This record gives sequence, structure tokens and C-alpha cells, in this order.
Amino acid sequence: MSDLPNSDQLLHIDNLNVEFPSVHGPVQAVRNVSFSMGREKIAIVGESGSGKSQTGRAILGLSPGNVTADKLVFDGTDLQTLSMRDYREIRGKRISMVMQDPKYSLNPVMKVGKQMIEACQVQMKISKKDAHTRCMDMLEAVRIRDPKRVFNAYPHEVSGGMGQRIMIAMMLLSSPDLLIADEPTSALDVTVQLQVLAIMDDLVKERGMGLILISHDLPLVASFCDRILVMYAGRIVEEIGASELDQAKHPYTRGLLSCLPSNASKGQPLATLQRQESWLNSSLDAEGNLV
Amino acid sequence: MTSMQTAENADIAIDIDNLSIHFGSGEDLVKAVDQVSFKIPAKQSFGLVGESGSGKSTILRALAGLNTHCGGQMLLAGEALQNERSKAFYKKVQMVFQDPYASLHPRHTIDKILAEPLAIHGLDNAERRISEVMEQVALPTKFRFRYPHQLSGGQRQRVAIARALILEPKILLLDEPTSALDVSIQAEILNLLNRLRDELSLTYLLVSHDLGVVSYMCEQIAVMQHGKLVELLEVDEHGESHAQHPYTVQLNLASKGYDREVIGQFIDHD
Ligand SMILES: Nc1ncnc2c1ncn2[C@@H]1O[C@H](COP(=O)(O)OP(=O)(O)OP(=O)(O)O)[C@@H](O)[C@H]1O
Ligand SMILES: Nc1ncnc2c1ncn2[C@@H]1O[C@H](COP(=O)(O)OP(=O)(O)OP(=O)(O)O)[C@@H](O)[C@H]1O
Ligand SMILES: [Mg+2]
Ligand SMILES: [Mg+2]
Repeated sequence: MSDLPNSDQLLHIDNLNVEFPSVHGPVQAVRNVSFSMGREKIAIVGESGSGKSQTGRAILGLSPGNVTADKLVFDGTDLQTLSMRDYREIRGKRISMVMQDPKYSLNPVMKVGKQMIEACQVQMKISKKDAHTRCMDMLEAVRIRDPKRVFNAYPHEVSGGMGQRIMIAMMLLSSPDLLIADEPTSALDVTVQLQVLAIMDDLVKERGMGLILISHDLPLVASFCDRILVMYAGRIVEEIGASELDQAKHPYTRGLLSCLPSNASKGQPLATLQRQESWLNSSLDAEGNLV
Repeated sequence: MTSMQTAENADIAIDIDNLSIHFGSGEDLVKAVDQVSFKIPAKQSFGLVGESGSGKSTILRALAGLNTHCGGQMLLAGEALQNERSKAFYKKVQMVFQDPYASLHPRHTIDKILAEPLAIHGLDNAERRISEVMEQVALPTKFRFRYPHQLSGGQRQRVAIARALILEPKILLLDEPTSALDVSIQAEILNLLNRLRDELSLTYLLVSHDLGVVSYMCEQIAVMQHGKLVELLEVDEHGESHAQHPYTVQLNLASKGYDREVIGQFIDHD
């Protein structure tokens, strides 16, 4: 993590915190998160409730909590000083997010195609006819078999994985510079999952998009991304090159790897994590010791 | 098929017999489930994997009485299911939905969501049952009076699993129960499901796209594509199965991780 923002930095976050008020005092969902990224693929992994989605939402200016940061800079623009209107311009056009609950993000009483065309017209200021073509192309690109039928279907008439791909198609309509994808492929069969990731990969390589992939699938992100950020209880506890995941130092990261069903014998219980109090506030030093 | 022969001797919990489910008509006709048959012996875990949109959820929803079928039949412990499901049916069979957020009432607290099935079935000791089931799925008690939108995705999924377990059903229909969970919570839930299966003699029909999960959990795996069951696999004690169908072979290849070269060579098995 470098301190100096440089010009090819797409996103620079310094000391991001997200807090929710509660009757038991404030809940810190995100604590002192700092990272920078260029036009590359980074993954955020970590336990359920560790603050991955809230980090993504804070970047988009959509967190329902209290967000503070020393720096939140996107492609030279200080996101914290933007007016609501300017933020809305950036959101959707330049930064897109595929939300974790795809069907929940779709309007249940409006046909899929109508929603896509509306989104497309807002984002790209193009004619309805062009928007229609663009939407059909995107549905095909995410490997929906029968784009015409899906276009005319209501959200409850498509399967879970189709819903996810519709959301991905919608977020890619405007060719964003930064895509935050929150568990975008968790409901897809593995073949389609890889095909959809390949679309994102091509956008990163060919058009210089930056990708933040939030995922639970450690082997997948290790083979797909460039770098991995591991979150635990609101903090980034380890940052590691994707190809070096098997040499992770943090006991939490190592513990996660040991929980995979593929590492277990059938009939034997899976390894589970024994969470340590010390993980809440300690950090890894250069030698890989927790201090 | 050998699995069918062994199955015939055992108690059959679920018998799906030549089931067809269609949606729409004319040009928009979708044969979501197309003449599918399989049998699940009692106390088995049966995995359903396959293409997105191949009809897996539709089968589960049909069993739960949420979709009507147009051909074949479904038998539960030897008895054909009619279109109407009784209250007793839901005491025996519970489903965990793929889309937990959509299936949790947004204006009800977790406490209320868990208390509701107990009230419907006239069960007492709500207080004790709710705290027990929350502990089983590793949900801290501080979440009890929160609303679904105040929880993370994985926490919501655990609420959905808790709601199904609270009635102590005999058969659980699980639609991607752990795909929203991190691997450590997944391990806890899978261990929990296996422990409950042993203790309470449960039968599971488990949909998952994660071949590692179904191979670890299940004795048999059905592979679906395009509404059809294309292959029925036996899983041996080492978690190995021997796929023959080209679609299954490709699935196995894809589960090895991301490789741009390999993906370019994937074919659609129409
Ligand atoms: N509106 C809210 N009010 C109070 N607490 C919230 C709210 N939204 C989220 N939280 C809490 O903030 C924490 C972080 O949530 P977040 O959704 O970022 O988790 P996550 O890492 O994305 O988890 P998952 O993998 O389960 O989706 C969680 O403990 C959650 O309960
Ligand atoms: N209510 C409905 N009306 C019309 N078509 C429907 C309806 N429900 C499902 N379908 C269609 O039936 C097919 C099978 O859907 P289903 O949800 O069973 O797939 P799935 O195998 O569970 O896929 P996934 O893995 O993506 O969840 C899909 O093509 C879907 O669009
Ligand atoms: Mg999340
Ligand atoms: Mg489904």
C-alpha cells in the first residue's frame, strides 16, 4: 500500500470508516480501510459481516451509515466533496456496482427489458432504438440463452443465475471505469461463472476498467484476480498477491483456506475457524507475525 | 442404473417420476422441467447441479407446492402429492430459498420471522426454540430484534436456514443454502446439516453450483441441463464420481479455476 497517490491510480482510499448507530452504542462496520488500485482486478474476501459490501457502498456514496475517510479519491476526483448531483453523474456512468441481492435490486413489477432500456438511456443519452440493441447485445454477452424471452420477462420469471447476469449486463451497459461486483456470480453454474468473469477480464485488459470483486470463493479469486484484500471485523487484515494466496500469513486467511470442502474427507466434519480476540485489533508485521 | 436398484430396496423419501413443468405458451413456451425422474432414499443427501436456468429451483418449488406441474408425479414416502399442500406437509418438508432477502419479510424483525412458523403450527416454547435455532446457525443473539436489511447477506441466509429448521422438519429442500456464505460459516452450516441429518434422520435435496460442496455432502448427484436430467452420479466414499456426459465433464473442468484459454474453448452443449 503506497501513501503517495500517483496518476495511474484509479481509486485511492485512506482510512475509511463506516459506522451505524445502535442502542448498544455505535457499530463499526468498516474500520480504517486503506487501499489503492489501478486498472486491475482486486478481490475483497472475508467473513460474512466483515464490511465488504459496506466498503463498496461507501465508495459509491450509497452507504446508509456514517461514512468518514481521510481520502476517497476516484480518478483524481475527491468523492467526498461532490454534490449529490455530481455523485449521481459518476455513479452508473463511471462507477457501477453489481449488488449482492440481484433480484432485490430489480423492480419486481417492471419487465426486465424496460428496466434495462431506462437504465441505458439515463446512463448513455442514446435513442430508445439504440438502447434496445445495446441491451440485447449485453444479454447475449452474459450468455443468456434466450435474450428475447428474458427481455420480456418479469424478474420473478427468471432463474437466480439469470437475475445475476441481468444485473451484470445492466452495470456494464455504460462501460464504467470502475466496476464493484458484490458476489456477482455466486448463483451461476461454474461454466457460466467463468464465462461471465471472462467478460469482465476482457474489459479490464482491453478498456482499462478497474474491478473490485467481492467474493467468498477463495480458489476462484486466487486464479482470477491480481491482488486479494482479506477483511475481518471491518478491517483489512492481510493484502496478498493472488498467486501467493497459499502462502498467506494471517491465521484468519489460513483458517479460511482450511475450511474448504475440497480439502476435507467425506464423512469427516469440516475444519472450522477458532476466531481469536487478538485478530480484532492486531496487524501483520513485515515478518508475518501478528502484533 | 445401479443407483435405482439400491434405491428400490430402501425407503424412498422423495420420488420424482417423469415430472414436467412448463411455463408460458406458443413462442414463449419454456419446458423448465422436462420428464425428469429420480428417487431419494430416506436419510440421503441428494445433490442437484447444473446449468443456470436448467430447472433446479423449479423442481424444489414444485415439491414445496409453489409450482404446478403438467406431467408426471411426485411422491412423498410413497404417497402422490396433490396440488394442495396441507399444514402437516409443511411441518414435514421445509425449503430454504435461493434468494433469502426476497423471502424474508422486510418489516418483520428476526424474532418475528422465526416466531411466525411456530405460531402457525401451534408450537409452544417459542422463546427457547428461537434462541436454540439461532445458536445452531451461529447467529449472535444481538441480531434477534434487527430487521433483515440491517444484516449482511450471509447473516440473512442464516436466518432463512433457521426459519426452516425451527419446525424440525424431516425433509429439507435447500436451494443454494451456502452460496452467500463465507467458507468458514459454510463449513459450520454444512457440519450442522450433517449433524442434524444423523441425529434427526433427515433427508436433503440440495441444489448447489459448487461441486466441492455437493461431492462432500451427497451420496448421489443429478446433473441438469435445459430442463433435462442428463446424468446421475454416484459419489463414492472419497467424494469422487465418474462423469461421462460432456456437459458434466466441462463443469468439472470449470471448477478447477479461472483460465482464459480454457474458457474460450467451452462449448454450449445444446
Ligand atoms: N443498515 C444497517 N444497520 C446496522 N448495521 C448494519 C447495517 N447494514 C449493515 N450492517 C452491519 O454492518 C456489518 C458489515 O456488513 P456488510 O454488509 O458490509 O458485510 P459483508 O462483509 O458484505 O458480509 P456478507 O458476506 O455476509 O455479505 C454487518 O455486521 C452488518 O450487520
Ligand atoms: N414463473 C415463471 N414464469 C416463467 N418462466 C419461469 C418461471 N419460473 C421459472 N421460469 C423459467 O424456468 C427456467 C428454469 O428456472 P429455474 O429457476 O428452475 O432455474 P435454476 O436451474 O434454478 O437456475 P439457477 O441456477 O440460475 O437458479 C428458466 O428458464 C426460467 O426463466
Ligand atoms: Mg455483503
Ligand atoms: Mg435456481
